[in-house]
Amino acid sequence: MKYSMAEEIKVFRSWSSRFALRIIWALKLKGLEFDTVYEDLTNKSPLLLQYNQIHKKVPVLVHNGKVICESLVILEYIDETWKQNPLLPEDPHQQANARFWAKFGDDKVLQSIWGGVFLKEGKEQEEGVAASMENLKYLEEEIRGKKFFGGETIGLADIALGWLAHYLDIFEEIVGVKLIDHEKFPSLAAWKQEFANAPIIRENWPDRDKLVTKYVAMREANLGKGTPK
Amino acid sequence: MATVFTAEPKAFPKQAAKEKSPAPTSRLDGIVEESLSFTLAEELFVTSTVAVTLLDTRVSPFGMRVRIALEQKGAKYEFSEQDLRNKGPILLEMNPVYKKVPVLIHNGKPICESLIAVQYIDEVWNNKSPLLPSDPYQRAQSRFWADFVDNKVYFPGRKTWTKKGQELEAGKNGLIESLKLLEGELGDKPYFEGDKLGYVDVALIPFYSWFHGYETFGNFSIEAECPKLIAWCKRCIQNESVSKSLPDPQEVYVFFMELRKKLGLE
Repeated sequence: MKYSMAEEIKVFRSWSSRFALRIIWALKLKGLEFDTVYEDLTNKSPLLLQYNQIHKKVPVLVHNGKVICESLVILEYIDETWKQNPLLPEDPHQQANARFWAKFGDDKVLQSIWGGVFLKEGKEQEEGVAASMENLKYLEEEIRGKKFFGGETIGLADIALGWLAHYLDIFEEIVGVKLIDHEKFPSLAAWKQEFANAPIIRENWPDRDKLVTKYVAMREANLGKGTPK
Repeated sequence: MATVFTAEPKAFPKQAAKEKSPAPTSRLDGIVEESLSFTLAEELFVTSTVAVTLLDTRVSPFGMRVRIALEQKGAKYEFSEQDLRNKGPILLEMNPVYKKVPVLIHNGKPICESLIAVQYIDEVWNNKSPLLPSDPYQRAQSRFWADFVDNKVYFPGRKTWTKKGQELEAGKNGLIESLKLLEGELGDKPYFEGDKLGYVDVALIPFYSWFHGYETFGNFSIEAECPKLIAWCKRCIQNESVSKSLPDPQEVYVFFMELRKKLGLE
């Protein structure tokens, strides 16, 4: 049906965006060929600004001229358009569950770790750590007994939470705070390993050293030290 | 405002239960402890005998979304008003992560987060009134705009009645900007997805019941800024599923006033 070689798939991303990475994973997990347009987010291309007028962000997917924005929306589009290696289960309740954890990841986990821990220091950071731990506890309970959030195979929630399996280590290293340790969150720590080393996933992580440099600069800029990027 | 039952509700004999204290034959096996507080037992009895229960509050725009969706599908359900200042055991049991409304409970299993619940309803009650389009690209557009409503309407709108001074103005401007973008997206169509009430309409229309409050405390007129959107609102209200599910704006105003008093704004 949709496996034709006349398909044109283009992804607008930046080299480091953990949101854009979700799209790369999804397309590759489905075995799809696509073109990549790397954006410099400090100097966005007119095309990006035209395609994503509302948010002006990456990722953007363009499929045969159709433009889709917002990573979780794009993931659902990909899953509905190309049926191989499904990211969502068929059962509606399980689908709702997968969407719930993907959204929890963005609304709570990402917010608390990025905004509350990584970009903060001192007492504010301590509060951020406490909030992050609370959120991670829910993930721990959800992943217990499962290989992936999606069950036996990588699903929507794994992809949405996937940044935890690479970027989190970097954040933890930079701020000197361990959030997912093997003792407190054994199941989540095991999932991290499993996901980070999964085929496709393990081949597509952005360069670690480059990420460290980038994030050190972002943290310093946010805390008012050093020169902003 | 009339209750939202579309047919005879499965009567939960509350009075009888208080006298007899029945042991619940709950589908939440393993979770139910021997020594239950009476309220939890009572509530579990409801959820195991009524197929669809909605934990909600009348004024919640997120709850309204789920109500509209259920009504559109002709699905029978029990509306269970929650006291958010004194959260009951069933709410805490069914939504331990957020402890918020709405929570849709279907055959004993909870679905949390309003848009997720609306999508679930659309999937399960798929024999009538589809809310999301069938084409994946159209579905992506609907999901995009519903997500936009969540992020760019609710939060700025909230500032118009919970803040003052510059923060209020920022909220007002943000809200108007978002509503104008939505107006642009609507264009000349009767509804966001075309001829019939759909997913984006369901995501946005509940806020119409909050507009009066926004306008009063924010001191502005949404109709003056976005006349086409208000026309769309009035069109939506012609649908019974919407008119049954939205509270009177006066009720919302009272809710806003109570919260404003707590925030020291009155």
